[in-house]
Amino acid sequence: MRVRIFVLLKEGVLDPQGNAIERSLHTLGYGEVQNVRAGKYLELNVDAPSRAVAELRVREMCDKLLANTVIEDYRFEISSES
Amino acid sequence: MRWGVITFPGSCDDQDVFDSLKLELRQKVKFLWHKDELAGNYDCIVLPGGFSYGDYLRCGAMARFSPIMQGVVKFARSGGLVLGICNGFQILCESGLLPGALMRNAGLQFVCQPVYLRTEETDTPFTGALKKGQMLKMPIKHGEGCYYADLQTLERLHKNRQILLRYVDAKGRPAAAANPNGSLENIAGICNEKRNVFGLMPHPEVACNRILGSEDGAKIFTSIAAACADRAKSHG
Repeated sequence: MRVRIFVLLKEGVLDPQGNAIERSLHTLGYGEVQNVRAGKYLELNVDAPSRAVAELRVREMCDKLLANTVIEDYRFEISSES
Repeated sequence: MRWGVITFPGSCDDQDVFDSLKLELRQKVKFLWHKDELAGNYDCIVLPGGFSYGDYLRCGAMARFSPIMQGVVKFARSGGLVLGICNGFQILCESGLLPGALMRNAGLQFVCQPVYLRTEETDTPFTGALKKGQMLKMPIKHGEGCYYADLQTLERLHKNRQILLRYVDAKGRPAAAANPNGSLENIAGICNEKRNVFGLMPHPEVACNRILGSEDGAKIFTSIAAACADRAKSHG
């Protein structure tokens, strides 16, 4: 199964990179842009007997390593293609 | 007392810590390799600054899975003294030995400059030779030193008096302008609840000789040495 993982700073946690990107977009004339958040995107394959097992394992991976849950939230999508 | 300084792949301040301890402070110190188990009798383990594992994923995120870190966690849980400097502080937060996290500097730039610090608490093995309110001058050099903790964690830090050092201006005030990286409440260093694990972003190891601009960093190391001497005495 193919897993796509999105890691973003929590709401309310200062995101200086997001702010800098937002200012750059404004400078380029995209004044309609607001609330830019910069995060991480990871893709990986997992071998699992079922989607439920894969979900459980990926959640563990995120909690233990891929995200720092003190400052970051994560979500992921699992698809059957690999 | 015996000091251990861990070298991770990408550590770059391990030699400075080693030299300051050995040459300036005449301490017994050994290098420890990240792939080894933590074996032998140590009184204080130092996690030095640098860019362990290339800062991949997040600063300190990979180093916490080094074989030696399993031993360091056990050592800390059994009351051993652990000092994390800069990247070492980041590793301690990622390992869960210290609360909170260190994030990208609010100004986005890598900062490399001397800073003034104010001693907030002295009833710890790391600050015992200092006076409350005492000012220290040490350099910082980091891109991810913005300390963050959620509200409940911050309240616990206050309640247990775990904030040991704050960034201040030349007059000793924790002003916004004296905050080099956007850290919450100008926090520069914290300890755990048991007061045996200390993490700080400034570098005491390069402030141990007047020729380098300051000897204030040595006071952190001499505090630790004095605390260990006391411990040895009370254990007979």
